[in-house]
Amino acid sequence: MARIRSDYGPSPRRNFLLWLRSGDECFDRALIDSVSAPAPSEAERGRSAEVRRVPRKEEKVYRKAEAWNREKGTKLTRRLYLALCVVTALAVILLLLRTAALLPPFGEASNPANNEVSRRYIEQGMEETGAVNIVAGMILDYRAFDTLGESNVLFVAACTVIILLRVAAGDRDDAARRLELETDDRMYEPKDDLILQRIAAVLVPLVWMLGLYIILNGHLSPGGGFSGGTVLGAGLILYLNAFGFAKTERFFTYRTFRVISVTALTFYAVSKSYSFFTGANHLSSVITPGTPGMLFSAGLIPYLNIAVGLVVACTVYAFYTLFRKGDV
Amino acid sequence: MMLWQSVPFACILLALGSAAVTGVLRGRAARCWTLAVLGVETAASAVLAALVARSGTYYTYMMGHFPAPWGNELRVGLTEALLGCGFSLVMLLSLAGGLRDLEEDVSSGRHSLYYVMILLLQASLQAQIYTNDIFTGYVFAEIMTIAAAASIAVSDRGRNLLAATRYMIMNLIGSALFLLGVILLYDLTGHLLMSPLRNAVSALYAGGEYRIPMTVVPALIFVGLGVKSALFPFHTWVPDAYGCSTPASAAILSSLVSKGYIVLLIKIAVRVLGTDVIRGTGADDVIFGFGVAGMVMGSVLAIRQTDVRRMTAYSSVAQIGYIYMGMGLNTEAGITAALFHILAHAACKGMLFIALGTLADVSGGSSRFDALKGAGKRAPLAGAAFTVGALSMTGFPFLGGFPSKMNFVLAGLDYGGTHLWIVLAAVVVSTALNAVYFLRTVIALYGKPAEGGSLAVSEKNGFARAASLSCFMALNIGLGLAFHPVMEWLRQGLATLG
Repeated sequence: MARIRSDYGPSPRRNFLLWLRSGDECFDRALIDSVSAPAPSEAERGRSAEVRRVPRKEEKVYRKAEAWNREKGTKLTRRLYLALCVVTALAVILLLLRTAALLPPFGEASNPANNEVSRRYIEQGMEETGAVNIVAGMILDYRAFDTLGESNVLFVAACTVIILLRVAAGDRDDAARRLELETDDRMYEPKDDLILQRIAAVLVPLVWMLGLYIILNGHLSPGGGFSGGTVLGAGLILYLNAFGFAKTERFFTYRTFRVISVTALTFYAVSKSYSFFTGANHLSSVITPGTPGMLFSAGLIPYLNIAVGLVVACTVYAFYTLFRKGDV
Repeated sequence: MMLWQSVPFACILLALGSAAVTGVLRGRAARCWTLAVLGVETAASAVLAALVARSGTYYTYMMGHFPAPWGNELRVGLTEALLGCGFSLVMLLSLAGGLRDLEEDVSSGRHSLYYVMILLLQASLQAQIYTNDIFTGYVFAEIMTIAAAASIAVSDRGRNLLAATRYMIMNLIGSALFLLGVILLYDLTGHLLMSPLRNAVSALYAGGEYRIPMTVVPALIFVGLGVKSALFPFHTWVPDAYGCSTPASAAILSSLVSKGYIVLLIKIAVRVLGTDVIRGTGADDVIFGFGVAGMVMGSVLAIRQTDVRRMTAYSSVAQIGYIYMGMGLNTEAGITAALFHILAHAACKGMLFIALGTLADVSGGSSRFDALKGAGKRAPLAGAAFTVGALSMTGFPFLGGFPSKMNFVLAGLDYGGTHLWIVLAAVVVSTALNAVYFLRTVIALYGKPAEGGSLAVSEKNGFARAASLSCFMALNIGLGLAFHPVMEWLRQGLATLG
């Protein structure tokens, strides 16, 4: 009797030792096992029951404890967890709201953010960078290093999605698998939809024109590589939906995607390296701001906009096709 | 400006540019290219460190044609140069040591993408070490997060996907909190570069304006980066992420990626907020508490594990706790000890994970405690490396972990008061617990193999792996023997960092 109590009774020391020895058998282990492990055969089940067979009294206590654990214990833990979640979230929300209320009022001229930094961007930005659009001047010239990082965030995101979703090259030759993927795609989508195709034939060129305009005019008017690239990518997706993969792959394949991304990113890195290096060493640079307002002005900015735009367009399109077909 | 002063800039840009190019290379070419880039960067960083040490001071490097408050900037001092060199070396060794396992764990179509991730991790680590701009720090922290998640998910097993998902969710929560802190700080000061931020923050604090937001900002930044660097109560993503990814990923994640965030945090604490402001808000005691809790709880959780890789992962939680404890002391000695521990732990954890990869290879692919019995005899070099690492983490003299623990105790003595007793108690308890689980494993490694499982496979002799493990061991012993100059170096660096 005493042994039973020491094993299953509510002694804190015993509970601690049990917890210590149980390893990391947490929820996800159970989750994975339930998904991946094959169901144990009758013989195995019998064997494990044999191993676990314990004297009757102990078994009874064990059953009772387990039942409590399964029914009430889980429920209690879950409730406590939920309650704690709600309390924590509410506390953080209240704290952040209180903080936001104490921040400098929005749009006030005397705010700390209106200091010499933003003043120079606004007053001398056009003269120093040659970009009429001061946002373009800020992100692609004053703080071009950050933007180089940002475009690499897109690149790494695209690569990660490829790692996760791309159907391995070996599988692609498998006709049955390809057919299956194709059916999956076409299950809920129109194929050769005449209305969609006619409208897309009108819209796609317009969308692409708009995208190109936003990119090329990035240093002159609101817009730039990030927004224009998204528009280009959206145009590609529309084209793909209307006309299907066969036609899109005549001009845009995985190879095109890789070549464009790599060329654009390498161009960005190399050209900005030159600019960083000359800037840091106070060397004279061949890149000049030019006449503000002209299409070919603002030094590197229009070319960087094109590079960023291409990366963004490719990434947007790649995400879409990878999630649909598992391939670019 | 001398040519060698462009080395940090070149390291970051070379790694970023090569990452893009590696995307189109085939597996073998990508591997050679990545190793070559890492080798060149390690050598260049070593030269840089030597030259910075000779000049004895720091310099700032304009990224573009516009000076400090307007354009981006790098800052290179003694601390940064040493960390940059050490991190590059550990990255190179971890990758070289994990190459063989990589072949097995990662399907061949994904190899070149894996190297892209490695190069992006290298670029973002270097950027975080050298940047003088908190927003650049955030951007590269983002790259690092995504690339790290990809390097977990790259081995195609269900468990890895779960680990990567968990890693991603926890890290994005951390990123969001950190970004919120950066935004609030910008709203209050109008600056993003560290040096002008420092002046603005000091002025705000001295004037007593915005008292509550100025307390919330450090809290958000600390919690955000704490989540990302596996500080104790936010460590739940650690065991899966380190325990089931391929050895190279586990080594890089545990020894470098989590440290990258800590380096950024130390720079923000020392360079932006300043020790006085932190003391004024009381944030240091909170960090100290988290650190001590992590030291003890990480080790307790490690003892529970039946899988040695998960055990080593939990041991990382404990070691991160040490670093935060040092930061929480908020004195020169404490932060220097934390910086030293960053290096010592990076040198040690990478080696442990690489060695465990080999030991698991000769034990039927399992790293469970029972399976590893006798593995040290089957793979002598890996066994020796694991032993060195385990002894170092336990704090044996002549190895990197010993001066580390000693520094923390000395920093505690320096601080005095209740903190001293807490530091002493935490170090003693944590060391005892470390000894329990690490020495138990070492004894098992050289024990009798389990009944029936005579897995007397000889080690598949990868030259790269052997070289990597030998270099790692030399590094650990070197840190243990020559800790005095390294500490002196870090102390000088910290003096100019603030």
